Amino acid sequence: MSETLKKQSSKFRLELLNITKQYPGCLANDQICMNLMPGEIHALLGENGAGKSTLVKTIYGVVAPDSGQIIWDGHEVDIKSPSKARDLGIGMVFQHFSLFETLTVSQNIELCLSPEQLSSIGDLAGRIQELSKTYDLQVDPTRYVHSLSIGERQRVEIMRCLVQSVKLLILDEPTSVLTPQEVAGLFDVLRKLSKEGCSIMFISHKLHEVTEICHKATILRGGKLVGTCSPAEETPATIAKMMVGDLAEQDAGYTKATGEHIIFSAIGLNLPAKHPFGTSLKDIQFDMRKGEILGIAGVAGNGQEELMSIISGEDNRTVNNAITLDGKDISTLNAGKRRKMGLAYVPEERLGRGAVPDMSLSENTLLTHSSGFVSKGLVNWNAVKQYAKALINDYSVKCHGEFSEAKSLSGGNLQKFIMGREIGQNPKVLICAHPTWGVDVGAALAIHQALLELRDQGAAILLISEDIDELFLLADRMSAICNGHLSPVVRTEETTIDQIGQWMAGTFIESNPSSQEVNA
Amino acid sequence: MIRVQARTEQSTLMAFASPVLAIVLTLIFGSILFSALDKDPVQALHVLLIMPLSDAYNISEMFVKMGPLLLCAVGLSLCYRANMWNIGAEGQLLAGALGGSAMALQFVDSNSVFALPLTLLAGVVSGMLWAAIPTFLKLNFNSNLILTTIMLNYIALYLLIWAVHGPLRDPQGFGFPESALFSDATLLPVLTDQGRVHLGVVFASVFALVAWLILSKTHLGFKIRVYGSDAPAALYAGFSSKAISWFVMLFAGGLAGLAGVSEVAGPIGQLTPVVSPGYGYAAIIVAYLGRLHPAGAIVASIFLAILYMGGDLAQIEMGIPIAVVGMFQGVLLFFLLACDFFIRYRLVSTRDQVA
Repeated sequence: MSETLKKQSSKFRLELLNITKQYPGCLANDQICMNLMPGEIHALLGENGAGKSTLVKTIYGVVAPDSGQIIWDGHEVDIKSPSKARDLGIGMVFQHFSLFETLTVSQNIELCLSPEQLSSIGDLAGRIQELSKTYDLQVDPTRYVHSLSIGERQRVEIMRCLVQSVKLLILDEPTSVLTPQEVAGLFDVLRKLSKEGCSIMFISHKLHEVTEICHKATILRGGKLVGTCSPAEETPATIAKMMVGDLAEQDAGYTKATGEHIIFSAIGLNLPAKHPFGTSLKDIQFDMRKGEILGIAGVAGNGQEELMSIISGEDNRTVNNAITLDGKDISTLNAGKRRKMGLAYVPEERLGRGAVPDMSLSENTLLTHSSGFVSKGLVNWNAVKQYAKALINDYSVKCHGEFSEAKSLSGGNLQKFIMGREIGQNPKVLICAHPTWGVDVGAALAIHQALLELRDQGAAILLISEDIDELFLLADRMSAICNGHLSPVVRTEETTIDQIGQWMAGTFIESNPSSQEVNA
Repeated sequence: MIRVQARTEQSTLMAFASPVLAIVLTLIFGSILFSALDKDPVQALHVLLIMPLSDAYNISEMFVKMGPLLLCAVGLSLCYRANMWNIGAEGQLLAGALGGSAMALQFVDSNSVFALPLTLLAGVVSGMLWAAIPTFLKLNFNSNLILTTIMLNYIALYLLIWAVHGPLRDPQGFGFPESALFSDATLLPVLTDQGRVHLGVVFASVFALVAWLILSKTHLGFKIRVYGSDAPAALYAGFSSKAISWFVMLFAGGLAGLAGVSEVAGPIGQLTPVVSPGYGYAAIIVAYLGRLHPAGAIVASIFLAILYMGGDLAQIEMGIPIAVVGMFQGVLLFFLLACDFFIRYRLVSTRDQVA
């Protein structure tokens, strides 16, 4: 029997047998079995908390499984550490990046290479530039990581794996921060790698991507394997159903709204970048209307962070009368005063900015939602706790309770909590960055509906996202940002993905030809 | 095999057990040290820790030392909660003693009822001013608070020594570097018939309670905690970092100043070159031992006060050098920081994991 098993398994690049991992209070992986052929692109699907990340971390040697076997090229292996995994030829791009902010791109890549690998590569910076060109991943090896946006950092992570020759590349939601053009580019990379015999394990929440590129898919739910399928034979809707059971409906086209009353406007925002690698904002001008969602598309690092912090008041360097809310000039007010006037904000970083990692969810509720909970400087903690409990319930945030620390939640669950907290303040204006980044299908639907409900109640919503499908789905009017310039604003029905894609590349910038390059 | 694993949530048990464990380890270390010095460790620890509580006089002296320790530690706890690394409680205490003395000496021949309140006020304001200097420098020029506060400690010390040798020296003092004795109207009332326990201990306990309420019940206290544990989140929420920094620094400076003036207007009764045996520094240990919690600071300040008393007694009874107190304090902080590691991490046996 063992002989036949050996023969069978020898065909596979990787085989997992009964992988089980128990965390305190949660069985993350329950007897998971799966296998991968050389050159196969394999999707790993499941809701937040389904156990996908734990499983890939097991393969990459970050997490030691409690039981189970990993068979690599026909031999049972014990992957004790990521460096062992890399020696075997396994590369991974994490959802939360593992880069040193104080080092440059090439220093970061150098760090995970062994001396032998380094000497075989020779000129690392040259190699990075060469790979950048081959795969169209714009990465400047001399830049410091702290100056890169999330999207750019992800490219560095992908580059880090490409520099080493990999036999299995694991990608944890790689496309969530890329433009459609970049996604297409990435898929070309993946197909090329696949043809060269490299296996790819691909975690994604975007089902059309899975059906487009993956050969096989494994679906997890609540730590258990619930099915495998060939995505080419399925539709996104049928896969979604397998992932979340019967709960999920795919997003239907929502009706678009037209706002009349201008509630927020920015006029001639010109602002030099705060740090050398930031993006300067150039003559940005737009209005937001009550009961309308304005979507701004753009590649990461083209001024979105700068624009959001100037609107939120975290960066209050603007000149007078540049930003008005409800007819009042707010450009000199700090973030707290703007919040009191009805501005709410969901930032790009959830942990460490949108929520305090070491504080409980009820304390994190009070972080931005204090009205009704504070009188004469005193906090009514009981009321805060009750409210936090309701939030957790309404947005089905998976956690132990309102006393759970923010850092103990998964990214998607924390996002649901933050969205709920900001929407719950009934803001006049909501600024929202990447509302469903890393959130599962069911939760994304809930967030979309909450946003639309808020819009229909008369709020103005600014949606800044790199997910162009989502923008088209939700936004009533659209624009794109490129190198600190904002494109014209058009009604969503009157534009196309192609047009917005071109604007994201800066084709609308006419007056100044030198700024046409996309700031990547 | 044993290895270190990060905990998913901080261990509350360890947060409380860590100080106890640190004290036990310090005592074990102390026993070894005393044995090496050919002193009986049991007797030494008895003198150091039990004798300070053996009679009413000693207990009252313990409270005298606890007062300034607690006042400084309560302020520092708030600063550290807000990530303001104020190491300057000693300087702020000395500034308070100096400012308070300058005021008190205006009332040497007076029985005015305003003498004591004005003296205390002068001490508090002096401490606040001394804390305001590094705060201003940090907020406007981004200077390093640790360095500026430490440097200001020395400036305050030498300013006090200059004053006590110069303008504040008692003209009838035969050239001794001491001020005139304060009038009775300027002295803090003594609470008991015996001993020297004065109103300063009451101030300290009241302010510990106030700080506790601020942290746990007020929005301001919440903002302090957010600012300390995650500055970008505080900025995102729109909390004013300047207001928070000013508040905690002035609060700490005021309390340290009150500690200083309570020393000169309390047990000492005049301005002398030596006002504090390093209360401001020991208060850093008190703050950490008390888990940066005002209630914890009360317990921790009693412990450190016992250690101060015990050090004196050990010198008298057993000829153990007084430096042993400073060393105990240092070793205690060392073990405490080491034990605090286990609040966020734990040891797991890898054999258990496989099973």
